[in-house]
Amino acid sequence: MIEIQNIHKSFGENHVLKGIDAAFEPGKVNMIIGGSGSGKSTLLKCIVGLHEPEKGDVFFDKKEFTNLDFEERVPIRRQIGMLFQNSALFDSMTVEQNLTFGLEIFTDMSQSERRERANLCLDRVNLSKTNDLYPSELSGGMKKRVGIARAISMNPKYLFCDEPNSGLDPATSIVIDELIEELTDEYQCTTIVVTHDMNSVMGIGDYIMFLHKGEKFWEGSNKEMLMADVPELNDFVFASPLMKAARSTFK
Amino acid sequence: MIFHHFGQYVLLLKKVFKRPESTKVYTKELFHEMNEIGFGSVGLIAVISTFIGAVMTLQIAFQLVSDLIPPAVIGQINRDSNILELGPTISALVLMGKVGSSISSQIGSMRVTEQIDALEIMGINAPGYLILPKVLAGLAMVPVLVIIAIFCAITGGLVGGTLSGAVAPSDYIQGIQGGFNGFTIVVALVKACIFGFVITSVPAYMGFFVRGGALEVGQAGTKAVVVGCISILATDYIITALML
Repeated sequence: MIEIQNIHKSFGENHVLKGIDAAFEPGKVNMIIGGSGSGKSTLLKCIVGLHEPEKGDVFFDKKEFTNLDFEERVPIRRQIGMLFQNSALFDSMTVEQNLTFGLEIFTDMSQSERRERANLCLDRVNLSKTNDLYPSELSGGMKKRVGIARAISMNPKYLFCDEPNSGLDPATSIVIDELIEELTDEYQCTTIVVTHDMNSVMGIGDYIMFLHKGEKFWEGSNKEMLMADVPELNDFVFASPLMKAARSTFK
Repeated sequence: MIFHHFGQYVLLLKKVFKRPESTKVYTKELFHEMNEIGFGSVGLIAVISTFIGAVMTLQIAFQLVSDLIPPAVIGQINRDSNILELGPTISALVLMGKVGSSISSQIGSMRVTEQIDALEIMGINAPGYLILPKVLAGLAMVPVLVIIAIFCAITGGLVGGTLSGAVAPSDYIQGIQGGFNGFTIVVALVKACIFGFVITSVPAYMGFFVRGGALEVGQAGTKAVVVGCISILATDYIITALML
């Protein structure tokens, strides 16, 4: 379980996050949605410690994270898997090396055990036999799947995905969404997904938090979102005719 | 502004020299970097130094046209100039252009493509993993390259001087053997070690704090070479003033 309390973050004069509180439960796909510049990626980076919030606390299973220094954070970070918007694969390493890098540094596993684990993770994302390819030889969808495989290689307790569907075609987006949902269920991890892809939200979102101008404007399930009567949320969620049609059908 | 950058550079170095998470992985990286910095630059350094040695011999011979000065002095001046100044400094400036820009772009690209964030999320000390092997490889390999540069420059002087007829080989060899002070080699090696540190750490700093995209990565590479070259020349002066 991840809890955030009163998170504030500014960049110069720009007050990006204005006192965000939330609780993200394990075994559920928690989604942070909002328009461009609403602060959702900044919030994710504050949670994982890539940005330091000016005020507020982040708790991983009741353990305070924000005030810890780098070394003290390592045990928690070893339980974190993260899929970045642009996958962030290490481009000087092969797919297998990307997956086994964390294992090589933090575990005593032998090379064959690490390879076995990499194969298992690659099988899980349907990318077996890509071990020796470099990230530059992969398509966008494959990179995302390798990113997910890398994120799960250390058996994460917390899974973070920053815009997992950006730049992907609709069919590949569905594959990625299904993977995130299956892995959350399989590992019972606390998953937080930052997205503005409403298909994803409607497809796999268990808990949705809507950010608007740096504030938490609404929270609830995807079904509750369809019925919500919040103008800012509706303007964002039902911007497309498809979503408007979905809402009327649901109603 | 300069103090801000200097402070940030010192704080980065503090993180660089933290205890590595895995000695095995860091050692592998160290050998990789030693290969990149050392073997990857040895050809360039040898060619440049040979020509510098040859040109130096011709210029010294041109300026010492006097019956009062023995021709052996040409070899002696060439040797001491190369050991004390040209070998370490020219090699360092060349390496700053070749290795420094590469380090800056490599780390800068990793920063803008979130690879450094990915390392930190995994709990890896990114400055340590990315910069420490490079700095250690610089400290180990730049002195070796400088020794090679000095050897090539002195040999180049012999070949260049002989081919052009500026100095007889026997005079030149007599010159490089005469009045040798071993302390000049110590000065050269001290310079080489410090230059090795500057060549790797300054571009790493520039790359590590890049913000933006491809344009900023390119600008960081240019800035790294400019700042690095000035730092090399400034430290060169300080070391010379302190040691000679």
